[in-house]
Amino acid sequence: MNPRVEQLRKKSLTKTVTLSHERAGLVTEFYKTRVSPVQSISVQRALCLKYILSNKHIFIDDNELIVGERGPEPKAVPTYPEVCLHSLADLEILDSRPKVAYGVSEETKKVYEEIIIPFWKGKTIREKIFASMEAPWKDAFEAGIFTEFQEQRSPGHTAGGDLIYGNGFTDLKALIKRTMDNLNFFEDSAALDCQEVLTALDIAADALIIFANRHSQALEELARKEPDMKRKQELIDMAAISRKVPANRPETFHEALQYYWFLHVGVITELNPWDAYNPGRLDQNLYPFYKKDIQEGRLTRESARELLSCFWIKFYNHPAPPKVGVTAKESNTYVDFCTINLGGVTEDNKDGVNELTYLVLDVIEEMRLLQPGSMVQVSRKNPDRFVKRALEIIATGFGQPSVFNADAIFQEMVLQGKSVEDARKAGASGCVEAGAFGREAYILTGYFNLPKILEITLNNGVDPGTRKQIGLKTGSPLNFETYDQLFDAYKRQVEHFVNIKIQGSNRIEQINARYMPVPLLSLVTEDCIENARDYNQGGARYNTSYIQGVGMGSITDSLSAIKYNIYDKKTLSMEDLLRVLENDFKENDLVLHQLMKAPKYGNDDDYADQILTEVFSVYHKAVTNKPNARGGVYRINLLPTTCHVYFGEITGALPDGRKKGIPFSEGISPVQGADQCGPTAVLKSSAKIDHLQTGGTLLNQKFLPDFLRDDKGRTALLHLIRSYFKMDGHHVQFNVVDGKILRDAQKYPENHRDLIVRVAGYSDYFVDLTPALQEEIIRRTSHETL
Amino acid sequence: MKLKADINSYIFKIQRYSIHDGPGIRTTLFFQGCPLSCWWCHNPESQAPVTKSPGRAVFSTDQIPVATDQVPISQGQIRDLVETLVREIKKDNIFYDESGGGVTFSGGEPLGNPELLIPLMDACQQEEIHICLDTSGYAPFPVLKNAATRADLVLYDIKIMDNLAHQSFTGKPVNLILENLKKLSRLKINLKLRFPLIPTLTDTEENIGSIIDFLVKETIYRDIHILPFHNTGEGKYEMLKRENQCKYLHPPTDDQVENIRQIFAASGFQTTIGG
Repeated sequence: MNPRVEQLRKKSLTKTVTLSHERAGLVTEFYKTRVSPVQSISVQRALCLKYILSNKHIFIDDNELIVGERGPEPKAVPTYPEVCLHSLADLEILDSRPKVAYGVSEETKKVYEEIIIPFWKGKTIREKIFASMEAPWKDAFEAGIFTEFQEQRSPGHTAGGDLIYGNGFTDLKALIKRTMDNLNFFEDSAALDCQEVLTALDIAADALIIFANRHSQALEELARKEPDMKRKQELIDMAAISRKVPANRPETFHEALQYYWFLHVGVITELNPWDAYNPGRLDQNLYPFYKKDIQEGRLTRESARELLSCFWIKFYNHPAPPKVGVTAKESNTYVDFCTINLGGVTEDNKDGVNELTYLVLDVIEEMRLLQPGSMVQVSRKNPDRFVKRALEIIATGFGQPSVFNADAIFQEMVLQGKSVEDARKAGASGCVEAGAFGREAYILTGYFNLPKILEITLNNGVDPGTRKQIGLKTGSPLNFETYDQLFDAYKRQVEHFVNIKIQGSNRIEQINARYMPVPLLSLVTEDCIENARDYNQGGARYNTSYIQGVGMGSITDSLSAIKYNIYDKKTLSMEDLLRVLENDFKENDLVLHQLMKAPKYGNDDDYADQILTEVFSVYHKAVTNKPNARGGVYRINLLPTTCHVYFGEITGALPDGRKKGIPFSEGISPVQGADQCGPTAVLKSSAKIDHLQTGGTLLNQKFLPDFLRDDKGRTALLHLIRSYFKMDGHHVQFNVVDGKILRDAQKYPENHRDLIVRVAGYSDYFVDLTPALQEEIIRRTSHETL
Repeated sequence: MKLKADINSYIFKIQRYSIHDGPGIRTTLFFQGCPLSCWWCHNPESQAPVTKSPGRAVFSTDQIPVATDQVPISQGQIRDLVETLVREIKKDNIFYDESGGGVTFSGGEPLGNPELLIPLMDACQQEEIHICLDTSGYAPFPVLKNAATRADLVLYDIKIMDNLAHQSFTGKPVNLILENLKKLSRLKINLKLRFPLIPTLTDTEENIGSIIDFLVKETIYRDIHILPFHNTGEGKYEMLKRENQCKYLHPPTDDQVENIRQIFAASGFQTTIGG
């Protein structure tokens, strides 16, 4: 790491996160004084963005090579009062909470109290959403059956495609003009709406060009004053670049990075959608620039590394906007889910791994920042060297990069009806979500609590938490004579709640389409211009809505415990079960012990895995292909972020032996400690669901650093990955655990049943080892992680 | 791994994702019972011979033929056992194919139970699964030959050359093991040697010199894996209420291991540290 990068990185890492009222102030000012009732909402939104970008503070840090900040300075996070208005109490909580805090100054609190809150109260999207929801939705939401992403954040989850690398905004403005000229006011009753959208897109393009030009001016100013000749030249070059992009298409590596970054800041200033925005297939998009610059002597491997490092730090400067309440619980993190994809295949279906791929991997390893996240897309066409290099980085133990099956993502896209070309340019973003980058608005709508619905089923539709009849009356479980009857009741409850969720989400999509268009994001999402429709109105080429299923392991093991003990072995009665669930297993050790004997998911055991596939099928069929409000359909993915913790908190005891309030299993990983046959068995079990029918599944595997230390260990892991991907697995993430986790495992072995350690030429479960041996391994491990 | 039903007393553990018992990703079956009792044994609980005492639970499901608490004796029971074990082994076929892995029979001493081992190897051969035999070599030659010729690779321990010292530290003399190795060499069995590096017990200059002399003069084998001592069996000895003879030994340093490696390498051996 050179001194410049080291200094910028250190600055970003040590700077505390604060909340900035700059954007909220500008938005309020705009809506108070500058809107005219004759303007459409689309045009107002575009002018609002233009107002912010024309007036916000321009921040350029010492020695920066990539410029642009969303706030007045790094780590100063703006708010979006038009979507979600933080109350003074919210600001207090954000300021003082021990985890994921945002420093709020007295001045900000004052501005909020005097200006922001009085103006926005009653006008926000959040309030519109809650006002338009019907009782069944509200009841289910309060009971914790599902969450709602859009109650605090605008719809999003989108990755940039390759559009900007071949087009400047001037080119996009020309396309807008051509489309505008072709509007047919004789026959098309929607022509006026189209014209408004196109006008808004055109204004948004100007807004970002203005923002870049303001940087150019500031850079020129700095250059004039700069005594150091080397830095002076850098500032002059950067000023020229900011003058050129985004107005014109980029021609160099540096221009391409700066272009993307201006756009990134623009998109997250416009509304900072859920999962921010991300550069997608970075190595594929940048490689032509890299190659050309190297050939023409404009760039060296080292200078490219430096630019990429500076680019990385910009992401780290931008924590996620503050969430509150349930939304903070389902995703309580500074991480804004910006992700970089590497590898996979090229447009013409060749091995996509190139020299730049390896350089970016070096940068990931060296920067060791949690943002941007990184993902390797592994195709069977990619060389082993690529995967092993990724594994070397994973071995350093910071959970990156995560590993994706490029061939599965391609199939998922094609099965969803995307063109082969678009499917090859697809990737994964957010946690594990597959999408057609730059061409798809794939909106995540909320998490769905699959285990809770069993609790409701066992209570004949009543939620034991809120005591409300929120589900169907599927009958007392005491009357279910067979497992199939019980499962059928569960299935009907799932369908019931999916329908409630979808009706709510369709209302929300319409609210956002009407009141919260996003002209800048629309400008760069393909087909929005041609369709003359906003991103939030279904303007993108593909429009998908996702509901994320949570707790697959917990629901499977719970149903397995019921089927095995009550219906197959008849060792317990339904009365027994209901009684112990009600008591949260207090004084019922024998029943608990009996329940725990049932086969569990994650052991390559068809008894449990069959139940998994049935649960999957019920959920998949209940959701997939239901129409959304943007001309697309709903689909499922299986990932939790941190929602398995929240859902666990509000769900009572489960038949798998899990006590009230304890987190569920996460993603499609087995229940913590339920898998006892090693990683091959876990992969076999999880490959039994049809990953290709989803838009992403998340599987976590824990390993000790020792497993990845030598080439033999990494090669075995490579084979593990390749085998899982042969079985169409979507994603796997390797958590390399350190001594601290082992200490915890000594204290609470029940939470770490699945932790595998390499002992000496063989492996075993950590919790099964003798105390002395555990100590020995902890010593060895902490030594290794130093 | 955890095995639920009390399937048998023959197999004390089945471990999937073994990556140090032969090439690729493997499933290792640890047989119960060993004629030796090496001081440094990591798995002392596997030394006791197969008995009628309730064995450890072995399988992940209980949909498996149960042999209750007695040793299977009939051909039918062996057949059931083989079928069950092969089903378990085959579960990871996709990983074997990808990694060039397969099954490893280890122990204890797998040759202690040829009536199960041989049919099991035949069944695995039938399924075209790569077979590794991990043995101490302490068995009548016909038994060893039967198993070794069925294996794709034999992992063979060479510990101490002096008969008396071998007797003291492993409980049995070495001559049978060495004679067996010469015979395997004549049959050109594909074999890799494993040398447990136990400070002061096996790493003397004299012992290593004798090992090299013997291997060079009497065998075709020039591929040796050096397995450095770890005092990892400690707690197990305590649980078994047995004395751990290696209690006061320290693991060799990296330099010590490298020294030994170089001695082998200088005599033309291909060396690997670890399994």
